[in-house]
Amino acid sequence: MMNEPQQPDHWLARPATIKLLWRVFIAVLVVLVLAQVFIYIKGYFGVDGWFGFGAVFGFLSCLAMVLVAKALGFVLKRREDYYDDGERDV
Amino acid sequence: MFELIPPAIFMIVGALLIGPARGHLRTAIVLAAPLITLWFIWQVPNGVAYDIAFLDYRIEPLEGSEVRRLFATIFALMAFVGGLYAFRQARWYELSSAYAYAAGAIGVSFAGDLITLFLYWELMALFSTVVVWCGGTPEARRAGIRYAIMHLLGGVILKVGIEGVVVHTGSIDVQPMLANNFDTWMILTGILINAAAPPVSAWLADSYPNSSATGSVFLSAFTTKTAVLALILLFPGEPALIGIGLFMVMYGIIYALLENDIRRILAYSIVNQVGFMVCAIGIGTHMAINGAAAHAFAHIIYKALLFMSAGVVVYRTGFNRCSDVGGLFRTMPLTALCGIIGALAISGFPLTSGFTTKTMISQAAADESLVVVYMLLAAASAGVFLHAGIKFPWFVFFQRDSGLRPKDAPWNMGAAMVIFSVLCILLGVAPDLLYRFLPYPVEYQAYTAGKVLFYLQLLMFSGLAFFLLLPLMKRTETISLDSDWLWRVLLLKLAVRVYRLASAAGSAVSTGTTKKLLLLRNIAQRHLGMSRHEGKPGVFTRAWPIGVTALWIAVLLTAYVLVYYF
Repeated sequence: MMNEPQQPDHWLARPATIKLLWRVFIAVLVVLVLAQVFIYIKGYFGVDGWFGFGAVFGFLSCLAMVLVAKALGFVLKRREDYYDDGERDV
Repeated sequence: MFELIPPAIFMIVGALLIGPARGHLRTAIVLAAPLITLWFIWQVPNGVAYDIAFLDYRIEPLEGSEVRRLFATIFALMAFVGGLYAFRQARWYELSSAYAYAAGAIGVSFAGDLITLFLYWELMALFSTVVVWCGGTPEARRAGIRYAIMHLLGGVILKVGIEGVVVHTGSIDVQPMLANNFDTWMILTGILINAAAPPVSAWLADSYPNSSATGSVFLSAFTTKTAVLALILLFPGEPALIGIGLFMVMYGIIYALLENDIRRILAYSIVNQVGFMVCAIGIGTHMAINGAAAHAFAHIIYKALLFMSAGVVVYRTGFNRCSDVGGLFRTMPLTALCGIIGALAISGFPLTSGFTTKTMISQAAADESLVVVYMLLAAASAGVFLHAGIKFPWFVFFQRDSGLRPKDAPWNMGAAMVIFSVLCILLGVAPDLLYRFLPYPVEYQAYTAGKVLFYLQLLMFSGLAFFLLLPLMKRTETISLDSDWLWRVLLLKLAVRVYRLASAAGSAVSTGTTKKLLLLRNIAQRHLGMSRHEGKPGVFTRAWPIGVTALWIAVLLTAYVLVYYF
């Protein structure tokens, strides 16, 4: 939000809206976990029927994937013209 | 009698007519050819329609079944909506080759024998290469050559396998087999190359993003999904596919997370989605095959929708990278909305086609008590939301304000996106529309309260992870190395090294040889021939006494007799 234009921006981009969206989002997350009190989730292997399993599993697997990607990035990332140099050699 | 013409022929005729036709006539052909083809697809009867003698074989160009019709239907539908999306922006040769490419996919769908399958397979390889080249940039030209090499190589491997099967079993029928000998492994490998399986997944993300804004929409649909159909027909229940599929699922997520190019993110997520299908085919139960077929059908729609949305952005802004765009929702609301619908569908959000189809695959894994597979697929579902569901719309349409204020989509592109958006939601709300066309009877309830809640938890908390981990996902202007580094860099460097070594050795040898020859000549001249410098005759020019000559002859004859005797 550094180069915000001078005139009032689109309502969706205003800080107040973003704050509201965060609140709604967190409320939805809480409701989704608490809803498991009323709605039975059938676990196929026991563990996946635990309270809040979907939430924890979703969060942790994403965390793991982002960290793995980040770590691999150190090895795999190259400048965009990486292949151009090599192919120009020939 | 029209029913006996393979539907692909109508598509090929359409492709041929697009070139010479002009103006409204061309538009009419572009829009009508896929619809006519679609009508004939639905006239194809179950079973082999007829056979034709070719050399010593009975060719079966037209064999119908539920799953074959299902795939041909979505290919024709894709060609129609893709044609609508592209006809005002794409050049005629791009449209024409895209239609020939679609014809190849439809032809493979109805191929009753391996020879017919192979012919249409190569038709796809050829014309998809032309579609890549239509990107028009030097990079597109180079990527197209790499793409062609990979697919022609895959075609050769497939052909080796087909020849082997024909010679050893005497049957050219397309029928289920197991990869348990060299021939079938070759066929499986040839098909898997087209499915972008490891270790050659890189061809997909290399070529598709280099095609034109309209070309990538066509490319996203046909090659990998024809491979999925071929796997369903030839290798249902092949256990090796489970592991390969799971690898593809994870590969797609990790590479998409690292990527900055908008369409390359989507390209990696094709590999990810095809991984779900390959894994399902490996499980091989009726539920799993239904899941793979349904997922392929839904996937073509939402993936094309995502590529359309990205294509409009590329078309309107000229930018390909996330780091160049952002905040586009202000002036491109329709493109953003359709992109978000596609993103929700690919993530398998409830009420979208992704939910009603992908969960069948998870269900199949659960039914077979495959704990690890089920858990990895669940983690991957969360990961899909992470890399495609949020990352794509967030970085393109929201993120920061890039200051760009491009116009929204042209009407035909908008109309194509709306059609596919509606289908994404329709198949999510009324899954029975699709379920009744699946290969096996469906005993599956997509919407149970528990399942919806489980997936909502999974997806919303992966959304939370995305926004909390945003600092870790800052876009960098980089590309990621893949296995194609081995031949694009290592092999190239080795070749250059070997060439230089050989030419250095060659020149060393040739200068050395010249020197030695000169030296020998001098020696010979000095000792054997007439020496010019000293005036003393050489060996052969001297006068010898007769006795010496006779002695030498005697020695030679003795040596001859001795050699002969022993």
